[in-house]
Amino acid sequence: MNPRVLKPLRLCFALAFFMGTALIFLDIWDTGARLLADKLLVLQFVPSLLKFMNHAALGATGFMVVLGLTLIFGRIYCSAICPLGIFQDVISRVFSKKRAPAGKKTKSPAFKYSPPRNILRYGIFLATLLFFAAGTTLMLNLLDPFSSFGRMMTHLFHPVVIFLNNLSVSLAETLGNHALFRVRLPAAAPLSLGIALASVMLIGWMSARHGRLYCNTLCPVGTLLGLVSKFSIVRVGIHTGACRSCGACRRVCKAGCIDVKTKQVDVSRCVTCFNCLSACPDQAIVYGSRFRKNLPRPSHKKTAQNRRNFMLTLAAGSLGIAAGGVNATPNSPPIQARPTTIAENKTCPLSPPGSRGIKRYTSICTACHLCVSACPSGLLTPSVSAFGLSSMMQPRMDFNRGHCNFDCTVCSNICPSGAILPLTIAQKQQTQVGVAKFIKENCVVYTDNTNCGACSEHCPTKAVTMVPYINAAGRNLVIPKMNEAICVGCGGCEHACPTRPYKAIYVDGNLVHRTAEKPQEKKLEQETSQDFPF
Amino acid sequence: MNRRDFFKKAITSGIAAGAFLAFPKVNRFWRTPSNAASLPYDLVAVRGGEPDIMFDAAINALGGMGTFVPRGSRVLVKPNIGWDVPPERAGNTHPALVGAIVAQCLDAGASKVSVFDHTCDNWRRCYKNSGIDAAVKKAGGKMISGDSEGYYKTVTVPSGLRLQEAKVHQALLDADVFINVPILKHHSSTMLTIGMKNLMGVVWDRWYWHRNDLHQCIADFASFRKPDLTVVDAYNVMKRNGPRGVSVNDVVSMQAQVISRDPVAADAAATKLFGMEPEDIRHIKIASQMNLGQINLEHLAINRIKL
Repeated sequence: MNPRVLKPLRLCFALAFFMGTALIFLDIWDTGARLLADKLLVLQFVPSLLKFMNHAALGATGFMVVLGLTLIFGRIYCSAICPLGIFQDVISRVFSKKRAPAGKKTKSPAFKYSPPRNILRYGIFLATLLFFAAGTTLMLNLLDPFSSFGRMMTHLFHPVVIFLNNLSVSLAETLGNHALFRVRLPAAAPLSLGIALASVMLIGWMSARHGRLYCNTLCPVGTLLGLVSKFSIVRVGIHTGACRSCGACRRVCKAGCIDVKTKQVDVSRCVTCFNCLSACPDQAIVYGSRFRKNLPRPSHKKTAQNRRNFMLTLAAGSLGIAAGGVNATPNSPPIQARPTTIAENKTCPLSPPGSRGIKRYTSICTACHLCVSACPSGLLTPSVSAFGLSSMMQPRMDFNRGHCNFDCTVCSNICPSGAILPLTIAQKQQTQVGVAKFIKENCVVYTDNTNCGACSEHCPTKAVTMVPYINAAGRNLVIPKMNEAICVGCGGCEHACPTRPYKAIYVDGNLVHRTAEKPQEKKLEQETSQDFPF
Repeated sequence: MNRRDFFKKAITSGIAAGAFLAFPKVNRFWRTPSNAASLPYDLVAVRGGEPDIMFDAAINALGGMGTFVPRGSRVLVKPNIGWDVPPERAGNTHPALVGAIVAQCLDAGASKVSVFDHTCDNWRRCYKNSGIDAAVKKAGGKMISGDSEGYYKTVTVPSGLRLQEAKVHQALLDADVFINVPILKHHSSTMLTIGMKNLMGVVWDRWYWHRNDLHQCIADFASFRKPDLTVVDAYNVMKRNGPRGVSVNDVVSMQAQVISRDPVAADAAATKLFGMEPEDIRHIKIASQMNLGQINLEHLAINRIKL
């Protein structure tokens, strides 16, 4: 195969993965693109790994495929599959023109060789690993490229798409076209927005100035795949005989891993973008099996040096973690308690149906916020401290914006990490994520002696029924009554309850989800009369 | 055709706007064509057919759809699409009825027929799973969204006692003809939901009604814009666990329909079909006391049709 076709081939795959992934996050019109989510996202490393670790039975073997690919071809994931990697390439490209010297017609940015930052990358990798082992996914969630990309999409691009949509809708409406529709902006999530903004600035700056620096220093997936790719069979290398040390390859190497002086390619940092193959005027850069003789193999001395660095970093990292161990204790999930006051007493936050319970959910969710983007009712909101600070940004159910639609299973079927497991509609309808609690003293019927019943209206199981209520005004009033056994905690009641600031009915989460009983009622007798009662 | 053209046409064809006199402040919303004043019946009730067949029979008894829909007018049809449930659950107006009304409006020469509801469950799921989206599109009407505050404009309700302001969907403010197509259902808080209760679906800030004497607010809002026609779907009727219902077990087949240009009379007749007394439904009683319509069916010319 002509080595110059490799780059266009990589580009095609990268664009397909990137656009598909972005569309899944940005499909505000719900066109059905999300139906492909499970297939498209199966190769996303961290979600797939977490899914496998918790539910090997689900066949979440995407990360194995990625490891296998890396072992054979190098870090294909980083160049063609990882949306954050491709995002960085886009930024690099945009800024390359600014970086190019004036007058000189260079299409690509001029990158430099940089030595590996081993202490940093192995240190971060190790810290992430140890934090994860200690039970907090926060560091992984912050650094995982897919989740980071997801948060950028959800909090930065998603609102922009909605804004543009609504703008064009109002324009279309003035022209008499009502085919488009307005979309509500999601609830503000300042913390996640801030983190997404910080990530986009940091990663944007890194990629604009230094190409794939993020991938080779901060990204734990990049570091892991870098370690694996040290053993990869097919790799980029320099044909020392043909190379004239012109440096054309180095200038296009966004990983900065080609050392022209020593004619060495640091494969652990090479993201297999194949730019160098297309750039080399002498075809001295080759992508081939390392077992072929004409390829230079890294000297033993260098490997030994790397290994030493790695061990050193491991040791240093372990010490650091041990020292910080006291502070690293993850916050334990909140414990349920009995409500005692008129103010809503929410003792436990709500995790989405399918997550089975808070402890399980918070130990798996990578906070990619795909469910936040996809929830048709817009009620999944990134948490701040509801699940504990170590679980910040993991989405919780917030009924301020809407209630969980009884027949909807979107979040459970879209979650790439298996933090929310797939549910059938029948399973979902009996999944009790929480239980509604009624505060009579807050209720309009009690305080105003007028009928309301908004809670019972929205209740899909009639766990909230309206029963006769004797009142001072002598009216035929009805007041809510709870049947907790059939309540699923969908939040219809809480969302609809008109009292402020405290609701008269609210859902308190279940620490571990339960199974609600099915509402049972006999079929009504059909009327046979066809007369008019007037 | 814009509003001015419509007025011109209406005047040149010699329409005397008698109905406008009743409520001078809101007369621009009372644009019922004058020949409606000479309808053969005040109310038509039908039993024993499919929803679309019953509607065709009922509207013919009132002189055809042209009586209510002038040529070139913009029509708003407001069914109940509040819940994400299939037609057999009777949580939403029957799609066949909505489709038949849209088709009749277009046949009568309407320039545009829009349909929407400010739903309780997710709006797109409601539109789709109610079957109404498909029925309306098939009939040539337009489904429009009611799911964003941007569609709603603040209006005053001059005759309102507790409800003096509301955010109303632009489509209602733009409509020349307004057809309310509720379904008759049990309702957990207002006992029944029929026509006037269905109007809650054209406003944005519903929670205010619940907070401020729901029945009074329903009656107050009925004074804002009287529907030109109310068509009550009582084909399948949810007898308990309303307004959403829990299963098909809550539903009985009634095969009935009530149509009238008097919203109070339509609600009163439907209440009787359900087996209750109109006087017992507080918002119907208040609306009658506010002179919004006739609660006493004995005072009306009723055509009863059995198919």
